[in-house]
Amino acid sequence: MPRFIIKRLLVTIPTILVVITITWGLIRLAPGNFYSGEKRLPPAIEKNIREKYGLDKPWYQQYGKTMWNILRHQDFGTSLNFRGQSVNTIIRRSLPVSAGVGILAYLLALLIGIPVGSIAALKQNSRWDYSSMAVTMLGISIPNFVLGPILVLVFSLSLYWLPPSRWNGFFSWNVLLPVVTLSAVYMAYIARLTRAGMLEVLRSDYIRTARAKGLSEKDVVIRHALRGGLMPVVSYTGPALAFLLTGTVVIEKIFALPGLGNYFIQASLNRDEPLVIGIVAFIAITLLLMNLLVDIAYAYLDPRVRY
Amino acid sequence: MTDDPVEHHPEDQPALTPLGVPRVETPDPDVIAVGPEMAVAEADVRWTEGDEVIKGRSLWRDAWRRLLKNKLAVFGLVVVILITIASITGPWLIHKTLGFTPDYIPSNDVRLIKSFPPFTGPDGKFSWTHPMGTDNAGRDQFARVLQGGQISLFVGIISTLVSLLIGISYGAIAGYIGGRLDNLMMRLVDVLYSLPYVILIIVLLSMFRSQTPRGQLVLLFVALGAVSWLTMARIVRGQVLSLKNQEFVLAARATGVSTTRIIFRHLVPNTLGPVIVYATLTIPQVMLTEAFLSFLGFGVQAPLSSWGSLAADGAQNIAIYPWQLIFPGVTMALTLFSLNFLGDGLRDALDPQMR
Amino acid sequence: MSSTNRHLLEVNDLRTYFETEDGVVKAVDGISFLLKRGETLGIVGESGSGKSVTNLSIIRLVPNPPGKIVSGEIIFDGQDILLLRPEEVRKIRGCRIAMIFQDPMTSLNPFLKISKQLMEVTQLHLGHSKGQAYEHAIKMLETVGIPDARTRVDNYPHEFSGGMRQRVMIAMALSCKPELLIADEPTTALDVTIQAQILELIKKLKHETGTSVILITHDLGVVAGMTDHLIVMYAGKIFEQAKTTELFARPGNPYTKGLLRSVPDPTAEQGKLYQIPGAPPDVSHLQPGCPFAPRCERAEEICRREFPPFVELTRDHHSLCHFADEVFAASGGNLESTRA
Repeated sequence: MPRFIIKRLLVTIPTILVVITITWGLIRLAPGNFYSGEKRLPPAIEKNIREKYGLDKPWYQQYGKTMWNILRHQDFGTSLNFRGQSVNTIIRRSLPVSAGVGILAYLLALLIGIPVGSIAALKQNSRWDYSSMAVTMLGISIPNFVLGPILVLVFSLSLYWLPPSRWNGFFSWNVLLPVVTLSAVYMAYIARLTRAGMLEVLRSDYIRTARAKGLSEKDVVIRHALRGGLMPVVSYTGPALAFLLTGTVVIEKIFALPGLGNYFIQASLNRDEPLVIGIVAFIAITLLLMNLLVDIAYAYLDPRVRY
Repeated sequence: MTDDPVEHHPEDQPALTPLGVPRVETPDPDVIAVGPEMAVAEADVRWTEGDEVIKGRSLWRDAWRRLLKNKLAVFGLVVVILITIASITGPWLIHKTLGFTPDYIPSNDVRLIKSFPPFTGPDGKFSWTHPMGTDNAGRDQFARVLQGGQISLFVGIISTLVSLLIGISYGAIAGYIGGRLDNLMMRLVDVLYSLPYVILIIVLLSMFRSQTPRGQLVLLFVALGAVSWLTMARIVRGQVLSLKNQEFVLAARATGVSTTRIIFRHLVPNTLGPVIVYATLTIPQVMLTEAFLSFLGFGVQAPLSSWGSLAADGAQNIAIYPWQLIFPGVTMALTLFSLNFLGDGLRDALDPQMR
Repeated sequence: MSSTNRHLLEVNDLRTYFETEDGVVKAVDGISFLLKRGETLGIVGESGSGKSVTNLSIIRLVPNPPGKIVSGEIIFDGQDILLLRPEEVRKIRGCRIAMIFQDPMTSLNPFLKISKQLMEVTQLHLGHSKGQAYEHAIKMLETVGIPDARTRVDNYPHEFSGGMRQRVMIAMALSCKPELLIADEPTTALDVTIQAQILELIKKLKHETGTSVILITHDLGVVAGMTDHLIVMYAGKIFEQAKTTELFARPGNPYTKGLLRSVPDPTAEQGKLYQIPGAPPDVSHLQPGCPFAPRCERAEEICRREFPPFVELTRDHHSLCHFADEVFAASGGNLESTRA
């Protein structure tokens, strides 16, 4: 197992570098630049700007300098758009918002999805089964940018139960709608995965053996079936995190949350190179690490898996 | 966003195997629970041709029959077909009958340049003209939603085709050749799998925003196709791996058929089952991704509009003109809903092949 | 609750049907048999004959949709299992009646250590504490011949070979010293050499503990040395039942004869291997008459029209056939001397 971890980490590093390089390349290849968009500035002013940001040097020098800063000092530079703020600071500030909403959303999804799916599997073909599967299918099909505004319309603007979008820190009611909206699709997906996993496990021979031993149905389900039945959900966590990320970007736009996603969009639109690279690199690292964690968890839960 | 990365799509198995045997007893080795081969070998291997072609035909029909029995899947199929037809012909029909194009702005009458709720005329009374209302500039929503459908569906299908092409080729080659090449190729897939694709695509699209709207579309196709080919490659590879040691392949090799031909004329057609299912499930995912991108402003650019960009416009005004968001949103949800049911139904219909 | 009842298990007219899309599958259609204490009964049949479902019915493990025990009695030690409440049946399962299944690869929970799986049984039925159960588990493993039991008890199922796993299953089944052990094709998924070992093990344990055994298999070779009585099942019905030696020596049913002929005889000359022509019937769409008629060498018009009678050839030997007497006589059976 330790060898596996090290191997993975070793692969991670070049991957990140490649991702950073691709991002950098895309930004540089694109027509136009950050200071003027498509417009042309008078040559003197343009020359000044280029000198100031070191853009007059050859491209490989610029690339080298960027990479050097990143690798040696973990310094992603200063944002071109948000005057004077270092990219690292921006990330540090906005990360808790995004991560918080994302994690809460996923936990909520697990909290509701797993029981719903399990009960649906246990009561297969009952009314509960059909109705919960219909609802989850809806959940998967309604995009979060449709669900979000509708929830706002209903709960904030019509019923006045919840405050409309804005960020008030974590422990305010403002968190509820974004988290629920983000969570919906995963809740639905996890419920379906749980149901399918449990159904498959409940049909297996070892469950029959457990029953033949005289165990109560409750013990059969909790002690024997759940372990195997939840494996698909564990596998799903890896890719789910990737999608959670993009979901967060949309949620932040809808609810105007000052998170990583929002900064990313702005940085992309403004061609704020250091910030874009910084955020992309950060996201890539996080994803790779989380996937590694999921794989380790999987090995821990399934004794047959040996790396 | 939804993606089913769990390769062995674990969904419900019917209580009977396709041969009508109740799935209850110990898996008795003598009871056949393996799906019949859907092998349709090409003329290259003549001695098996007659046998397998006959088998192939009746199996697809079996699957089709099973699909038709699944009411939800049929519902999905019907709705998808209806919406597709409506999107393709709708805007043209509306133009012919009512005179609106989706871009039609009634600029000669200031009273009409505002957002009307559904089924309301300018005087506030009931009117059939705008079943979905109008947007802020007075454009008919119904026509816009249908036209948005054109773009959304178009992008969904083409991008899925792109991902199919890449994924099938990649997976089939990796699976057939096997060994170190396969290992390498799949490692690459694993690494690519953990990349934040949509983020990179956002960067790509934002950097190249100045392209023409058509150019933007092409970029979208390629970008979206590049997101979903990975799982397709994995599925195809898995299928190829299990098929490649079967007799018809050995026979083809024995008669000297070239590797390329074996891969593409013999093996790939036999992977069609899972491929069709996964493609049907990929379309809604891709559409959702496109909608996200358009919602954020990176996808389809004006004057073209997709359901995503319509929703973006509508979300702004959710407080005052909620119908601007609700109609494109509900239409999109309905389409995705139906596609998902259809995909599920296909998966159940082709059941024996799935496991 | 023990009684002076002569028979440990008495099955009367058991019928288990399955509701399926294609109709009602009568998997078990009127089975009756008796089992004395300490006896070994063999149930033989091809796939789909209903033998496995019979067993599942005895401990009421038939999956409820779509299966249902429609009628009959299953009297275990004087009590009709079919009339008991579910909690009471659960007390019997695993404790007084234990079952081992065909495929040891999939019959053990891959996610749990086998110590846990073994301990469960005694903790539940015998009220053992964790420590007691643990020691007991080790002892059971040693009984079934697992080397190094003390270390291996904490392993996971995948760390055992197929034969070992089946031994673990047997250990699990015998943990509570059950009165009846039902072995559903215990050796079918194993190598031939391991098969012999497992069968020997079952025989040995049976002698040591006096457990009655029901052994289900499709392989006549397996039952030859193991069983006292045999039941031959086909299409959900009993086609012949007799003492094992009697059945082998003087079969009274064409189906049984066919089965016997299919067992390859290594001492015979090389010739074609015999196989009963045709395939087992689709039990949801049975033709009138004898279910075996389409494949029977002996079949005549009456076989296709009328359902055969259950003929008593001798006191302990019955056969379901229109021509039972003839077949029996042809194999050397003497009707007159045995019929009072």
